[in-house]
Amino acid sequence: MDPVMHQAMHQAMHSAAEVSARLGATGYLADEELATVLFLTMKMGRPLLLEGEPGTGKTALAEALALSLDLPLIRLQCYEGIDATQALYDWDFPRQILHLRALEAAGSSGSVEEAEKSLYDERFLLARPVLTALQQSPAVLLIDEVDRADDEFEAFLLEVLSTWQVTIPELGTVSAATPPYVVLTSNRTRELHDALKRRCLYHWIEHPGLDREVAILRSRAPEVADALARQVVGVVQQLRDRDDLLKPPGVAETLDWARALNHLGTTNLDLATAAATLGALVKYREDADRVRQALDRMLTP
Amino acid sequence: MTTAIDPLPVLLGFTRALKAAGVPVTPDRAHGFAEATSIVGLDSQQATYWAGRATLCAGPDDLIRYDQVFEAWFDPRGELPRRRESGLPMPTSPALPSVDGEADGDGYGDGDVLRAAATTTDVLRRRDVASLDAAERQRLATMFATLRPTAPVRRTARHARWHRGRLDASRTMRDSLRRMGEPGDLAWRRRRVRPRRVVLLVDVSGSMSAYADALLRLSHRFVVSQPRAEVFTLGTRLTHVTRALRHRDADRALIAAGQAVPDWSGGTRLGETLRVFLDRWGQRGMARGSVVVVFSDGWERGDAALLGEQMARLQRIAHRVVWVNPHRGKPGYEPVQQGIAAALPYVDDFVAGHSMATFEELVEVVGRA
Repeated sequence: MDPVMHQAMHQAMHSAAEVSARLGATGYLADEELATVLFLTMKMGRPLLLEGEPGTGKTALAEALALSLDLPLIRLQCYEGIDATQALYDWDFPRQILHLRALEAAGSSGSVEEAEKSLYDERFLLARPVLTALQQSPAVLLIDEVDRADDEFEAFLLEVLSTWQVTIPELGTVSAATPPYVVLTSNRTRELHDALKRRCLYHWIEHPGLDREVAILRSRAPEVADALARQVVGVVQQLRDRDDLLKPPGVAETLDWARALNHLGTTNLDLATAAATLGALVKYREDADRVRQALDRMLTP
Repeated sequence: MTTAIDPLPVLLGFTRALKAAGVPVTPDRAHGFAEATSIVGLDSQQATYWAGRATLCAGPDDLIRYDQVFEAWFDPRGELPRRRESGLPMPTSPALPSVDGEADGDGYGDGDVLRAAATTTDVLRRRDVASLDAAERQRLATMFATLRPTAPVRRTARHARWHRGRLDASRTMRDSLRRMGEPGDLAWRRRRVRPRRVVLLVDVSGSMSAYADALLRLSHRFVVSQPRAEVFTLGTRLTHVTRALRHRDADRALIAAGQAVPDWSGGTRLGETLRVFLDRWGQRGMARGSVVVVFSDGWERGDAALLGEQMARLQRIAHRVVWVNPHRGKPGYEPVQQGIAAALPYVDDFVAGHSMATFEELVEVVGRA
């Protein structure tokens, strides 16, 4: 799409209520708080740091944001040991060699400098997510599970996120005309460095309340009957209140479970089908035992 | 808040109050807050509330303080929708226990109360666990959640690919062959590390009964944070309590462990139970290459020579043997009891274990082993 048109579309987002409505149209139900924070992220041009339990829709939010703005979503999945060449750019060495060989074979009479220069061409550049985002901006850049990466990588991110530019020695500086919208997510397996946090707006995503979760379920899985949806969410919410589960079910698990029950043609949650489909809801054996006992109490009137 | 007065002093005053309440507000954060409020407008208190949450907070711990200060500063009548009404447990990093009575006053903005809490907590950390009364014990119990036992690690013989380290010659060569022998990027590798198992042997005999609760809570932290950790109780017999302690909630885990152990506050036959442990579990693999921690005062009813013999056996199998003695940190203590005298030559680390502070040290000793 034409960048000018994109620009026009961003200007159109001029209130938190509108952000909420646009996200709602993509199927992501954002509460007023989240909408306000997103609105601020766009207006202030700061990255958004999302933290929260796994399964509360952190990644889904970035996807919905990109969809609602009609911008490409560029995703960088962090992992232990990730470094700049995986996040920024790399030279495609084999193709450079091939290019040299091709020049040789063609008996090119060009000077050495020329041949060298032709090696550091855009077409031999492997753009990794961060560089792609800067080149394609406006775009939504999702830096997922940043807590898994090392401290060094965080420092490097900090640099990019404050200057919005990347210097490639052989090519020059790539900078974004408009900074991309950046969403960082973290599962809090470790504390992020304060310098990085200070650059970002902070938001803690919680598990949704009963009504909201029912609404999410209805919008994400419209095939599930209303009564079943309420029952499922009711059970899940009770399970989340218990503090003895190794991994309390997230919204993703609620959706999976509701869909699983729906596939079995269930309209009313009963103990037998609930127990049979438990694998969609809890993923630890110890949890499964506890939940099975709890279901007994929750579902027998 | 649609008044003619300049809103900036009010907003900046709020950031100061927040800072006094312990949220680390830096000038750039305050600046971001001012900017955010100018975007969302000042006429809506809710928008101000959310703008502040996004710009001034840096973690779930800050959110609760933020709520309280915001209420006191902008909304004395409490008309704001409270976010915590759902009552869902929030996975914060555990806060230190508060002193009694703090909940009565507003507490925040009043540094003295916080400081007082800090001091009493600090004192409690250094107190002998055996000398605490019931209320203090309860506060101490919540302090265990702040312990984060890290697993000791060993380097394995295998290598894993890494972005720096030593040259991975074979991978470099294979990559190069794929390019018909053209040289290319160098591949690097490092030795893999694996966590070592930690085995805790807790003496629950009569002479240790004052410490049993605290030591089991400590063991619970190990079991919860390290999937490979194992816990046994020693007394007149050996009991495997790992499974009971695996419960996430410490109190429930302790109840389960209590039911599993048949010989609370009985006599001690350390040498014999240790032999049972080594015969049945340790030698078959559980103690091999692991860090074994024995919590005991070394009062041995049985044969001290047997204890020495079994400790020697244990030391040959285990990577490191740590002996924790609650009396070690007390003035005038000499390791002269028969049992401890027999065991000491085979112990790598002999540490104290009577207070929270010493437990923290122990966690560090084990993590480094």
